[in-house]
Amino acid sequence: MSSVVPMLTGGLQGYILVALLLFVIGLFTVLNRRSILVQFMGVELMLNAANVALLAFARFRGGDVQGTVFYLFIIAVAACEAAIGLALVVGLFRHRQTTDTDRADALKL
Amino acid sequence: MLKFAWLIPILPLLGAAFHGLLGRKAGRTAVTAVAVGTVAVAFLLSCFVFFAVKAAPGRRLELVAFDWMAVGGLRVPFGLVLDSLSATMALVVTGIGALIHVYSVGYMWDDEGYARYFCYLNLFVFFMLTLVLGSTLPLLFVGWEGVGLCSYLLIGYAFDTEVASAAGLKAFLFNRVGDLGMIMGMLALFALFGTLTVGEILTKVGHLAPEAGFGVLTFATLMMFVGATGKSAQIPLYLWLPDAMAGPTPVSALIHAATMVTAGIYLICRLGPLFLLTPITLTTVAWVGGATALFAATMGLFQRDIKKVLAYSTVSQLGYMFLGLGTAGYAAGFYHLFTHAWFKALLFLGAGSVIHGLHHQQDLFRMGGLKAKMPITFWTMLIATFCIMGFPGTSGFFSKDEILYLTYLKSPVLYAMGLAGAACTAFYMWRLMGLAFWGEPRDRHAFDHAQESPRTMTVPLMVLAAGALLAGLLGLPTIWGGSFAIDGWLEPALTFGQLQVAHEPVHGSPALAWGLMALSTTVALGAGFAGFRIYAQGPAAEEAFALRFPTLYRVLANKYYVDEGVEAYVLRPVRWGGNFLWKAFDVILIDGIGVNLPGALTRVAGDLTTRVQTGRVRNYALGMAIGAVLLLWIFLK
Repeated sequence: MSSVVPMLTGGLQGYILVALLLFVIGLFTVLNRRSILVQFMGVELMLNAANVALLAFARFRGGDVQGTVFYLFIIAVAACEAAIGLALVVGLFRHRQTTDTDRADALKL
Repeated sequence: MLKFAWLIPILPLLGAAFHGLLGRKAGRTAVTAVAVGTVAVAFLLSCFVFFAVKAAPGRRLELVAFDWMAVGGLRVPFGLVLDSLSATMALVVTGIGALIHVYSVGYMWDDEGYARYFCYLNLFVFFMLTLVLGSTLPLLFVGWEGVGLCSYLLIGYAFDTEVASAAGLKAFLFNRVGDLGMIMGMLALFALFGTLTVGEILTKVGHLAPEAGFGVLTFATLMMFVGATGKSAQIPLYLWLPDAMAGPTPVSALIHAATMVTAGIYLICRLGPLFLLTPITLTTVAWVGGATALFAATMGLFQRDIKKVLAYSTVSQLGYMFLGLGTAGYAAGFYHLFTHAWFKALLFLGAGSVIHGLHHQQDLFRMGGLKAKMPITFWTMLIATFCIMGFPGTSGFFSKDEILYLTYLKSPVLYAMGLAGAACTAFYMWRLMGLAFWGEPRDRHAFDHAQESPRTMTVPLMVLAAGALLAGLLGLPTIWGGSFAIDGWLEPALTFGQLQVAHEPVHGSPALAWGLMALSTTVALGAGFAGFRIYAQGPAAEEAFALRFPTLYRVLANKYYVDEGVEAYVLRPVRWGGNFLWKAFDVILIDGIGVNLPGALTRVAGDLTTRVQTGRVRNYALGMAIGAVLLLWIFLK
């Protein structure tokens, strides 16, 4: 475990690890929670994990603009996605009076 | 100049089209005019063609209209062949055909389906002429199938009765068996000669290397003969012809006595040189013909239906023709075809006249004493009876005697069979005459209403009677001061100038000829006289005979139970086999394993995989995550 400490202080690995943690937390939130709102938050976490990773790579490649631009794009796309996602949440609630995704299973045979 | 020869078959076709499309609207008079007119004009054209052929070098003309099929090595022109054989046959078809058309006008006048009847009849003449005049085997085969179709349609003319439609089907199916043989024969000939044009085949056969293809040639001719047995009702495929009597009587006269059933004989004559090279086939032809001549004649002995007697008589006479062909006496066989066409058509039309006069009474035991009531019918049928029994000087006498003479030279056993058949022929014919025209009327009511048939029916009878008497002149044998002229006339067509084989059987002495002639005449006259003496009194003697020899009588009257035998030993196994294949093969293999099994498997697979579709977003998301991880692992590995 001694090799973990220098990573946290300044290397690329620290950022990647944070991004990975964020991503896994997001993923498990989506998979484990039944409330569509919480799952939605998990999705946001995963998106931001990707953002962290992008910025870290951009930084350690010597200020690569591409990564930064990509990050901005994702923020914009995530905003749109949030609007659509919330619309879906409202739609689901209107039709089913629930936010439990396990009960939105009308397509099941 | 011979362009008009095409009109010979085309005119009846146009007639058939007219009757079929417009006949019901046009009315009986128009139908009559077109039906009789087209065949009569075709007859006149056939006469022109006949003389044109006579003048032509080699007595042979071939007209080609266009290339019909040209595929690979196969080239089939669409053409007519006009030679002594086809010209004579065309005369028979159109001449007797025209007379029977005239007769049909009287016979069918009151029938609902007048136009339909003449549509079929004209169509038949068209197909028969196609068969006769076609210069290639495929074209001949078109006619061959076409006459089979018309035969089917006309036998089943009264299609609303069970008997007629079943008889039509039977005829059609029996012919299909023969047709298969014909197709196989054609294929074998094509394999051997690379052409299907009759003229080319016969030209090439002269140059066939002896060791090259006589096995194939024998196969081909045997198969052709199988086709001939189907169409010409020979053992074993004769069973359909007696049933075919369900059709109108003029149809029996034209199709099932004078023309269509002789197609088999015509086919063998047309391919004569091929058969000459295959003695095995010729011997088969002779024995099948001889057996048919005898057995069919015995089957005719105790039939009660007047048309059935004539039907078995036809089968028997066709047997004589094949007997003649089998002895390599093509001219004799064809000569008998020619004379038979006259007197048998006459007999059928006479029988039709009797049936018409008695309001559809066909049972001989219910007739009797019609001599005075129907004099023209009586006298013309008497002439025909003399012809068919072989009374000296009549046409049947000369032609049958020529065949029997040639048969004696080939095999005395066959001769004995032919002679016995001739005795039966004379007997059953005089039985028929005695029962119908002599004795006491046994059905008083029908007798009182009986009357001579109208002029349209009696005139053809008289013309045919004259023809039957005079047809014999064409082939007067040498011992009668003639020269067997028909042989010389047909010679170029029958041997095709190719074969210098000694096909003329060694001619016996005139003494032998006289002796055989005297023998067969005595036998025929004796049997005929016996038949007349017994049956002129009425059917009492036959009933006594039936009581005395019940088994023999029953066997003969039931035609040796051949129909029943075929039913039990051929049809039942076939039906059983069909049932088996249906239930074992079709239901289990095709439907079950072939169709339902894949269906069931698909359903089971579907049932299993639907479990994956839980409808829960989280499960799908998990699937996506696992998939993404797998992809990453694959790409980054």
